Amino acid sequence: MLLLLLQGLNGLQLGILLFLVAAGLTLVFGVMDFINLAHGVQYMLGAYLAAFFASLTGSFWLALLFALPSALAFGLLLEWLVFRHLYDRDHLSQVLATFGVILFLNEGVKALWGSAPLQVPMPALLSGGFEIMPGLQYPIYRIAILGAGLATAGLLWLVVERTKVGMLVRAGATNAPMVAALGVDIRRLFMGVFGFGAMLAGFAGVMAAPILSVEPGMGDNLLILAFVVIVIGGIGSIRGAFLAALMVGLIETLGKSLMPDLMRLFMDPSSARQTGAALASMLIYIAMAAILAVRPAGLFPVRAA
Amino acid sequence: MDQMFFGRRAVLAGATGLAATGLAMPAVHAQATAGLKIGVIAVLTGPAAALGTHLRDGWMLGMKHLDNKLGGVVTESLVIDDELRPDVAVTKVRAALERDKVDVMVGVVFSNVLAAVMRPITENGTFLIGTNAGPSTFAGRGCNPNFFTTSYNNDQVHSVMGQAAQDAGYRRVFVMTPNYQAGRDAVAGFKSRFKGEVVDEVYVPLTQLDFSPELAKIAASRPDAIFTFMPGGLGVNLVRQYRQAGLANIPFLSTFTVDESTLPAQGEAAEGFLAASVWAPNMDNEQNRRFVHDFEGQFNYIPASYAAQSYDAAMLLNSAVGKVRGSLTDKDAFRAAIQAADFNSLRGNFKFGTNHYPVQDFWLCKVEKRADGKFQTATVKKVLENDVDPYAAECRMR
Repeated sequence: MLLLLLQGLNGLQLGILLFLVAAGLTLVFGVMDFINLAHGVQYMLGAYLAAFFASLTGSFWLALLFALPSALAFGLLLEWLVFRHLYDRDHLSQVLATFGVILFLNEGVKALWGSAPLQVPMPALLSGGFEIMPGLQYPIYRIAILGAGLATAGLLWLVVERTKVGMLVRAGATNAPMVAALGVDIRRLFMGVFGFGAMLAGFAGVMAAPILSVEPGMGDNLLILAFVVIVIGGIGSIRGAFLAALMVGLIETLGKSLMPDLMRLFMDPSSARQTGAALASMLIYIAMAAILAVRPAGLFPVRAA
Repeated sequence: MDQMFFGRRAVLAGATGLAATGLAMPAVHAQATAGLKIGVIAVLTGPAAALGTHLRDGWMLGMKHLDNKLGGVVTESLVIDDELRPDVAVTKVRAALERDKVDVMVGVVFSNVLAAVMRPITENGTFLIGTNAGPSTFAGRGCNPNFFTTSYNNDQVHSVMGQAAQDAGYRRVFVMTPNYQAGRDAVAGFKSRFKGEVVDEVYVPLTQLDFSPELAKIAASRPDAIFTFMPGGLGVNLVRQYRQAGLANIPFLSTFTVDESTLPAQGEAAEGFLAASVWAPNMDNEQNRRFVHDFEGQFNYIPASYAAQSYDAAMLLNSAVGKVRGSLTDKDAFRAAIQAADFNSLRGNFKFGTNHYPVQDFWLCKVEKRADGKFQTATVKKVLENDVDPYAAECRMR
């Protein structure tokens, strides 16, 4: 029972990390109708910037402080250089171009920092742990991720639901030409959303850097999960992304820990372990298919069908 | 607006130009000189590029120590990036064979690439010296007269850990590997020598990021030790999270999980963790001391076994080309010259078995912090002596 609770906590924590990445993606996709495959690379860049500044300053906090504006600036730079020219093109051009950005940046970080994985030290303040069950420490840092993610979610909700900018963003998501016709500089709004999304992804990268390995291509795996999250949640919906991220985190974690044992009821142990593991990794996609069958536009559709 | 546009163009053009020069730099250009030409196959792009870099640099240091001569013949190295894609590897290898007329191929980090390039190279009558991948397919019935390897058969390394667990008297071991063929082979290799109880076998997806669910399982089952095979970034994540979860008091037995290619990212988290290897930087012989010292001097990182095995391949070929006095036309004579393995291996003890895989010693290694604060693996004890891989008997060399 304790194990199950613990796995639940692990699932929530993965979900929060996913949410940080997916939030920016869903905004960009929802508001601008722009498929940005390079979002995962921005997560990777956040982690690399953290590693870079941490090695310069020796402090995680300073690294965080410097990495965020750098991630923002880089996001804006990319928008200016590449993405801006793609807004009016079809999705295929966007996918191709942003995929090119992935390749370019993955090789770019390798040229700059080498292909060996890097590490970011955990901040001393958060490096302890407490014994959650006999023999197992739960690192305080993971609780901090949970806290930071929840705080970001709350802040985002506040901005999107309660401020003028948030109102424009929501309006842009529903009907961009109408917002432009009302005299709002939609390009500037897009640029702001894009930069902010890049910074959120970068923030997720910085937070993940002390527990995950910082290496070229680290964002690619996460990107697939992030797309699952925003599709389940309803494209453009922060609330949907939040719930879907927690759901995916929980399904993924609990599936992995329970499936092999569940399979053992039907088959012999060794094949149960392998099929269980294989099934567990399929589980979120099965869940996505099931949800889309019932609600084709996701849990919280933004655009009127 | 127009001006801005031109600004963008200029920046883009500049970036492209930079990238082009950056890409062009590492390529070694073929020149029309009499002498030998060696193709070095290594993965240099993608997540696994760190391993290919070790392999290439090891070879390059060997050639530098040999003054770019094998057996006295001026030699040129042609680096081939296989991109860890078998189709790409085959295309590039064919080009190297037919256009550049390379005399010998060395390298290859991954088994799937080796499997793809094996026939194009050997059927061309060219020798291939593997310096890392050692799949069982080419050790047993699929053994090939034109293929040698300076590494090992993968199964041996995993079985070393099984033997080490057995020797240490562990009774209950928790096993965790990625869910693919090599992961299942690792478990089989471990179990071939470990006779105690395997408490649980956990298979994780190759894209696994967070190990918390598995760590909770490990803590709950309280094993005497865990055995794992988590190559590359997987291993970095696992090792750090294992330490952060306070599980480090449970012995961590591993293969291809903690070595000099991942230690820079694992650092303190890996200290005291165990690995199995044929070589470690601390091995105490004259050639190894020189190798490690010069390698760090030139490339500014600590070499891993990929580098050492490639360096050995350079020394091996040097001895073989010397024996046939620079003439590679008599294939049988050259084959016999390689088989003789008349060189000083960084591992000390080294000879080839009948299947052209080494017969050698296997070591239990431990991660330790050096005086300069960097981390490396160091030998703890010899686990297997003059070990012959389990497939050698099936090999009928034809």
